[in-house]
Amino acid sequence: MPVQCSNCVQRRAVLKRPKTGHSLCKDCFFWAFEEEIHQTIMSAGLLNRGETVAIGASGGKDSTVLAHVMKVLNERYDYGLNLLLLSVDEGITGYRDDSLETVKRNQQQYELPLKIVSYEELYGWTMDAIVKQVGLKNNCTFCGVFRRQALDRGAMMLKVDKICTGHNADDVAETVLMNVLRGDIARLRRCTAISTASDGEGAIPRCKPLKYAYEKEIVLYAYFKKLDYFSTECIYSPNAYRGHARAFLKDLESIRPSSIIDVIHSGETLSIKEGVKMPVQGTCSRCGYISSQALCKSCVLLEGLNRGLPKLGIGKHHRLHGKILAQEPLTEQEEKKLKPVDF
Amino acid sequence: MCEVEGDYNGLECNQKIPVPTLNRKCMKCKEGAAVLIIRVNDAFCRSFSIYTDCSSVLLAVSGGAASCSMLSQVQEGLSREAPKKLRFMPGIIYIDDGGACGRSAEERQRSNALLKSIFTETGFPYFIVSLEQVFSLPTSVLVPGTSDPDPSNLSYKQAVDQYVKEKQTLTEENVASAVAQLSIGDSVYSHKHKLALERLFSSLKTLTAKEDMLQTLRQHLILHIARENGYSKVMMGDSCSRLAVRLLSNIALGRGAALASDTGFSDPRYGDVVIVRPMRDYSSKEIAFYSRMFNVPSVFISGLDTKTHDKASIQRLTESFVTNLQSDFPSTVSTIYRTSEKLHTVMPPQSQSAEPASKCLLCLCTLDTKEDKASAFHATLVSEQLSQIKLQDLSLDAPGQSAEQCCTEGQGCGPGGCCSSNKLSSHQDLKTLLCYSCRLTIKDMVATNSLPPYIITEAEKRQKRWEMLLHNLNK
Repeated sequence: MPVQCSNCVQRRAVLKRPKTGHSLCKDCFFWAFEEEIHQTIMSAGLLNRGETVAIGASGGKDSTVLAHVMKVLNERYDYGLNLLLLSVDEGITGYRDDSLETVKRNQQQYELPLKIVSYEELYGWTMDAIVKQVGLKNNCTFCGVFRRQALDRGAMMLKVDKICTGHNADDVAETVLMNVLRGDIARLRRCTAISTASDGEGAIPRCKPLKYAYEKEIVLYAYFKKLDYFSTECIYSPNAYRGHARAFLKDLESIRPSSIIDVIHSGETLSIKEGVKMPVQGTCSRCGYISSQALCKSCVLLEGLNRGLPKLGIGKHHRLHGKILAQEPLTEQEEKKLKPVDF
Repeated sequence: MCEVEGDYNGLECNQKIPVPTLNRKCMKCKEGAAVLIIRVNDAFCRSFSIYTDCSSVLLAVSGGAASCSMLSQVQEGLSREAPKKLRFMPGIIYIDDGGACGRSAEERQRSNALLKSIFTETGFPYFIVSLEQVFSLPTSVLVPGTSDPDPSNLSYKQAVDQYVKEKQTLTEENVASAVAQLSIGDSVYSHKHKLALERLFSSLKTLTAKEDMLQTLRQHLILHIARENGYSKVMMGDSCSRLAVRLLSNIALGRGAALASDTGFSDPRYGDVVIVRPMRDYSSKEIAFYSRMFNVPSVFISGLDTKTHDKASIQRLTESFVTNLQSDFPSTVSTIYRTSEKLHTVMPPQSQSAEPASKCLLCLCTLDTKEDKASAFHATLVSEQLSQIKLQDLSLDAPGQSAEQCCTEGQGCGPGGCCSSNKLSSHQDLKTLLCYSCRLTIKDMVATNSLPPYIITEAEKRQKRWEMLLHNLNK
């Protein structure tokens, strides 16, 4: 007995929405999916008329779907935005070089200008070289920190007003869980925000239009629309701590599909006691990027890499900031702690 | 830890020689034991100095190691305070939830008898209440009371009266008569209530919802007994590990707004009765060592999620997740615990007496379902709207279509169009009175009329009050 679409009731349903459990036909699903993103953008006031918006494109399903939907909505609702694609090359052979090919194809398919920035040109290090020094455990920290800055630098070169990233509901929920497990109270408060605070002093605000879209629905959308995307996982990711949070979230989703949104709801409604020490936003004394310490994280990480002390950025090292700034050599004891693990 | 030899010596010593001698043996394990003793005693000294009036404390004991350790600690703490002029006695309460967990009457009798023997040894007045009693609770349970501004300010006569009352409740028959108003003596319950409880739990389709409902009903029952017998504090035996698991599972259930009350040291949401968790600093490992070393009697009673597989419910999944993570990253539980300490519950600006309707019907937390423009809740509503035809359109069409539409929603309707507008509207009505996560629990419920009468009556009352308010505003 074929099930009818619960929206139009006329056509046969082809899929069951992971988010709500309703059965929908293809067109109603597309419409519902795009409409939800439109509502998210409108209700949060994410984008304004005439702005230039850079879409962080990695070639993966999230950014491909984001680029596609932004283009569709821009035309359908006449947002009046100037869209372009911004991509970051981390220098991971066998992964990033393939996904960049996808981005180049996307550029032609969606007819959007594309800019690629690479770690090599910005920092002088590729992820492959970093992993050789750091090992397989803490490398996601380096990649994430460098990528954030790379996106900002690229956006500044292009002179855009906003950056859009393809973070989806699963990502945000995983981040909430990870921050609870790691006890990072400052990030816990900020991570559910749909856009970063736009202080107007240098940092380009970033937003997540896909914040309430389930990863499964993004995959379904890309599949049914036959979008071109690159679907392999990063080769260095299996050992990341985030993997635990992700496995937990996937299990939660299998028990109760609305768990993902429930976790985000919890993250949004929880409140922190007053008097809890929070970091204050300032600027890095070396590169001028925003930072809550004297030196921004990427300067510290780079310093560690350049000196052959890759653990410099991992763990607590605030006391060493002064030394690094003053270009002093570190004592032997400090150096021993920061050297890579030798087997 | 320490070598096997040292440990064995330590245990042996414990049976013959008092505590301080342990310090002479193997440093590591003794240090562990000595610190534990000191810490646990200290914590209780501190909590007792805060709550000087022990007779207004009710200990909620589930029979497990943590709550029984708490009981033994209270006993020890009180015996040291004995020289004081009046001897106050805390009460003990045990909720027999066998009816919800599917245990047989014989099993329940057995575990109740074991617990009774433990309780009578302590000499404190105790209440063994069966969960079926929720069907005779009054609606006042769902209304937060106003707290007495100065509970320790008893006049001498009142204090003596209470003392005399405590003395009287020492004997078994008097315990029974004290709870006669609930017409239970030793977990007696009527067949009608037993069936009603079974119906309630079978109408909840998921184990997650069942566990949530069980927790809620248990809290209501404890609250009622505490109020009826003049207890102003209830002590729960939740350990650090248990609370870390609860924090994470509450996040998964959508209870972010109430995290601090659910897992913090004190839970003031009921107003006149405060729930405290003195065992929250001790991990389950420490409690296990303590019970072993001091031979704390405890009874294992199987619950809803005993022997279920990892993914049976959200609570069960979280427990196995945290336990597994703890073995790889030993600081997991303490980190989660520290995170919970930094949270607090946002209290509405004024007293509870102003707006009772703004509290959730079931869990009595402030409602967190304000439709902020850009929020997860708003996104959920938008999705619901976009995925189905508007209900108003349907009512104009043939009623047959509405039945079909309900079925595709996955409401679990049977054949023959049982989803009448009645059921839909009762779900809707209830929803507006509940917080986000209680809504999810009710969503998993097939027949909302299987809820205990006090909940249904209070819901109807609040609904009428709301309608009257709207009507007055519209005038």
